[in-house]
Amino acid sequence: MADRLDSLSGELLAAVDAAADLKALDDVRVAALGKKGSLTDAAKSLGQLPPEERREAGRRVNEVKDAFTAALNAKKADLEASALDARLMAETVDVTLPVRPQPMGRLHPVGQVMEEITAIFADMGFAVAEGPDIDDDFHNFTALNFPPEHPARDMHDTFFIEGHKELVLRTHTSTVQIRTMLAQKPPLRIIAPGRTFRCDSDATHSPMFHQVEGLVIDRTTHMGHLKGCLEDFARAFFERDDAPLRLRPSFFPFTEPSAEVDVRCRRTKEELIVGEGDDWLEILGCGMVHPNVLRNVGLDPDEWQGFAFGMGIDRMAMLKYGIPDLRTFFETDLRWLKHYGFVPLDTPTTFAGLAR
Amino acid sequence: MKFTLPWLKAHLLTDADAATIAERLTALGIEVEGIEPRGSDLDGFAVGHVTGVRQHPNADRLRLCTVETKAGTFEVVCGAPNVRLGMKGIFAPEGSVIPASGQVLKRSKIRGVESSGMLCSARELNIGDDHDGIIDLGDEPVVGTPAAVALGLEGPVFDISITPNRSDCFAVHGVARELAAAGLGRLVQPNTNEVPARFASRLRVHFDFPEEAGTPCPVFVTREFRGLTNGASPAWLQERLAASGLRPISALVDVTNWSTLDMGRPLHVFDADKLVGDLRLRLSKAGEEFLGLDGKTYTLDDGMIVICDDTGIVSLAGIMGGESTGCDETTTNVVLEIAMFDPIRTAVTGRKLGIESDARTRFERGLDPAFVLPSADYAAAMILELCGGEASDVVVAGQVPDPRVSIPFAKRELTRLTGLEVTDAEVMDGLAALGFAVASEGEGRFEVTTPSWRHDLSQPADLVEELARLRGFDAIPSVSVRRDEAVSGRVLTTSQLRRSRVRRALAARGLDEACTFSFVADDQAEAFGGAAVRLANPISADLVAMRPSLLPALAAAVAKNQARAQSDLAFFEVGAVYTGTKPGDQELTAGGVRAGLAGERHWSAKERAVDALDAKADALAALEAAGARIDSLKLECAAPGHYHPGRSGVFKLGRTVLAQFGELHPKLQKLFDWKDRVVGFEVFLDRIPEPRAAKTRARPKLVTSAFQPVDRDFAFFVDKGVAAGDLVAAVRGAVPDLVQNVALFDVYAGKGVPEGKVSMAVAVRLQALDRTLTEADIEEASGRIVAAAQACGATLRQ
Repeated sequence: MADRLDSLSGELLAAVDAAADLKALDDVRVAALGKKGSLTDAAKSLGQLPPEERREAGRRVNEVKDAFTAALNAKKADLEASALDARLMAETVDVTLPVRPQPMGRLHPVGQVMEEITAIFADMGFAVAEGPDIDDDFHNFTALNFPPEHPARDMHDTFFIEGHKELVLRTHTSTVQIRTMLAQKPPLRIIAPGRTFRCDSDATHSPMFHQVEGLVIDRTTHMGHLKGCLEDFARAFFERDDAPLRLRPSFFPFTEPSAEVDVRCRRTKEELIVGEGDDWLEILGCGMVHPNVLRNVGLDPDEWQGFAFGMGIDRMAMLKYGIPDLRTFFETDLRWLKHYGFVPLDTPTTFAGLAR
Repeated sequence: MKFTLPWLKAHLLTDADAATIAERLTALGIEVEGIEPRGSDLDGFAVGHVTGVRQHPNADRLRLCTVETKAGTFEVVCGAPNVRLGMKGIFAPEGSVIPASGQVLKRSKIRGVESSGMLCSARELNIGDDHDGIIDLGDEPVVGTPAAVALGLEGPVFDISITPNRSDCFAVHGVARELAAAGLGRLVQPNTNEVPARFASRLRVHFDFPEEAGTPCPVFVTREFRGLTNGASPAWLQERLAASGLRPISALVDVTNWSTLDMGRPLHVFDADKLVGDLRLRLSKAGEEFLGLDGKTYTLDDGMIVICDDTGIVSLAGIMGGESTGCDETTTNVVLEIAMFDPIRTAVTGRKLGIESDARTRFERGLDPAFVLPSADYAAAMILELCGGEASDVVVAGQVPDPRVSIPFAKRELTRLTGLEVTDAEVMDGLAALGFAVASEGEGRFEVTTPSWRHDLSQPADLVEELARLRGFDAIPSVSVRRDEAVSGRVLTTSQLRRSRVRRALAARGLDEACTFSFVADDQAEAFGGAAVRLANPISADLVAMRPSLLPALAAAVAKNQARAQSDLAFFEVGAVYTGTKPGDQELTAGGVRAGLAGERHWSAKERAVDALDAKADALAALEAAGARIDSLKLECAAPGHYHPGRSGVFKLGRTVLAQFGELHPKLQKLFDWKDRVVGFEVFLDRIPEPRAAKTRARPKLVTSAFQPVDRDFAFFVDKGVAAGDLVAAVRGAVPDLVQNVALFDVYAGKGVPEGKVSMAVAVRLQALDRTLTEADIEEASGRIVAAAQACGATLRQ
């Protein structure tokens, strides 16, 4: 018995050693420890031994079994490791392949800049108002203190609506001033972005463009507030610590005093940098709401006062993002949209910064 | 308006340089568009001496000239008829840039003879209109004198832009007056010394205006001159007119132009010998014709102010004189007209006839009536100096109006509207410097009378502006606008929010945002249902119809980009369409188009052209982003005429169409010139119901089942034409309490599927909230699902 066990142990260990893969190893295990396995048999045969030998033989069987199991486990770990190695050798992906496309469009600069402007003024407590593109002579001119036949109307190159003498495409968003003041009681603080139209088209003019109107009406707001408001706006919009403004006296029928506003800038051959330099660039028109306009909407100019401004949105987009030509805004050229457009996740807010 | 610095300094005694003047003008509200050193483009051009003139061997009209210059002697071929031996002219050496043409002068052979350099005409140098010959400077100038000096060019030239309220600044004198008020020098008054009358004018002037016309012409002053010689005006006058962009014509015409620019006082001169009878002023009748000095015949409308003699209309008041009584070099006797005309009538006339003239610009903005009588002497002095002859007495018809108004003013108005503080003395001195008469009434109150040349001032706010701009807007203190609430709430309306969200949702789906004009061509509008609104004065025929849909412009963009070799396109826009002229007829819409491949060509996927379902997905994304409840929408398979009838659909809420989508109608392909099919969608954002105002933002409680779900697949044969949506809805509704989800995962027709049938397979997840499903439960549910499918024409595939 002892000899037989010795030789069995030798055979089993050799078989473990010789197993080439996990399957062969498992065959070796079954051949030894299965129902009819050689070690199982050896254990069964213990019962036939005389009691005095049985004990010693039993110990020996267990020894052989333990050694075998240990060898088996070690070999198994070995084989598993090399099987994994072999699998890893076989499995590859060319990670330089282009990934599956996830289409992502671009947002037009006009809409983006409108949202930037809205975010800033919302922070200053302005609400957003709107008015129609097709409006009447009253809202576009008369209520805004344009006398009938006055040359100031000529400056506006107005589009008229066929069959409706009194209807025009609004030449400015100032129509919304009138609509707001007629519909709501002061104090008022609104901006009104939207489309505007002038019958004019050349290198720097487009028959359609975008403006944002601002209006503040209360009992105390004066031109210093206008100046401060615009300075705060310019700093926030151009995202500069300083963006000095210059107010120049000017003329608009619906404001008195009136001013045009320039921002300091530096022009180089390639670019325009806002906020520094020796040059000035006009960005908007503004002023204190004209007493006649207040009267036209039923407000007493001795009691109510405030400011209004009108700013070109397209122009602000051009200045901030270095877009050279206004007309290209409306051409729907894919290359232009991809280049100057914004990704949809970039929502302008004042807390996260307006632009990346 | 343009004028030279020396011209300005004839009205303003000042040591200030051009830059200082420009800065002050800007601060006063007069925009300086440019300061150009006149003649700076003549660097290198200099006086040359013609020391030899020979006939060109090969051309009768050409001469060979020897020109002596500071840099040496050159042989020049010259075609000017006035070239002569010994003359001095302006020589342009090789390599100079000719101002008028912008071309570089090169050595060249002219008819076989080499020419180096050129003798220049006035027009070639952009300093005049004369091109009949070269500039002849006489014998005096020294060879080598720079051209600008030899030609007497004045500079620099200011180019300023005047706001329409400031008629008084359409004159060098008016600009000088502003600068003087701002402390930049002392104003020089014009020469209005009395010019004695040598004879009595016999001309009579009659006003034939109907009473209801108001006062079209308050005053009309005439003065006759006789024995004049109307030659060329002197060089200084020609130079200043040229610097301001006017062509010198003759002494008499130049005097009227001079007066217009110098004093803002337009004048007119009639050739007295061409006038027949008295002058009559009346309003025109529609259809009357008038031949203007510009040689054009104008057909007049009712109500224009015209000046007539016995032969008919001789002048269009305040706008343009007539050809029949114009002055020329033979004129010896003239009638000078100095008048005031109703600004509005003048403006309307000018606009209706499309005449832009320096006179109109000033008359329609308002003139200084106080200068009407003085200008009879101001102009007379000049006419006599330039043309000789003698002047008559001054005949005044009508009355000089007094436009001055009195405005009570309290200085706290300035503080109230601008935040600036001033002393009483500052108010008095400032307004007085601008020509106002100011009387103090104590306690910061004043009685202010406007100057006769200002027509833009009527109330205290106007005086606030005057004082503020004199002080400079830089002095206004900046104050931040602070909001009343600590945290600002939502500031956008529902419609504005929808616009913002839909834009981002569509861009996230791969569409690029376009921004197109609100007007399109008629045929494009027609293809999309027709325009309800058209422009009366479009800028071009392509931009005439207010868009009835966002798609025409996007559809046109598809073709334009395809022509640039961009084939896979997806554009959208969110904006207004116009269904009528009332404010409520403007509807906020999201629209988009796709063309080419859905997604780019890629190794991982089969290429697929865009189809109606891509547009459907876009429409759904937009609807969802705008807050529509998708489950409550009804889908119908009939979209309006610009869509393919078999490949389109509409989403309705009740009877309201919220969205439509599909392949665009193939008949449009030719109109828009697409390379391939185009799909599109329109979502009517304003039609989506407002979200209900809720007291709480809390979500409903999450209900989950603790029991295992069961997944079962069902494959059906369905008659072609049965809508997949109906099948899915039937399956979903078969066992409402157990069916958690239905997914259509296979649609197939072809081998193994009977003719006329389509195989559709759905995956159904069954789950109960209260128990584990038994085999019997599952059997029963399956049976009901199959029965429900059968009811809509589907049989279980065995």
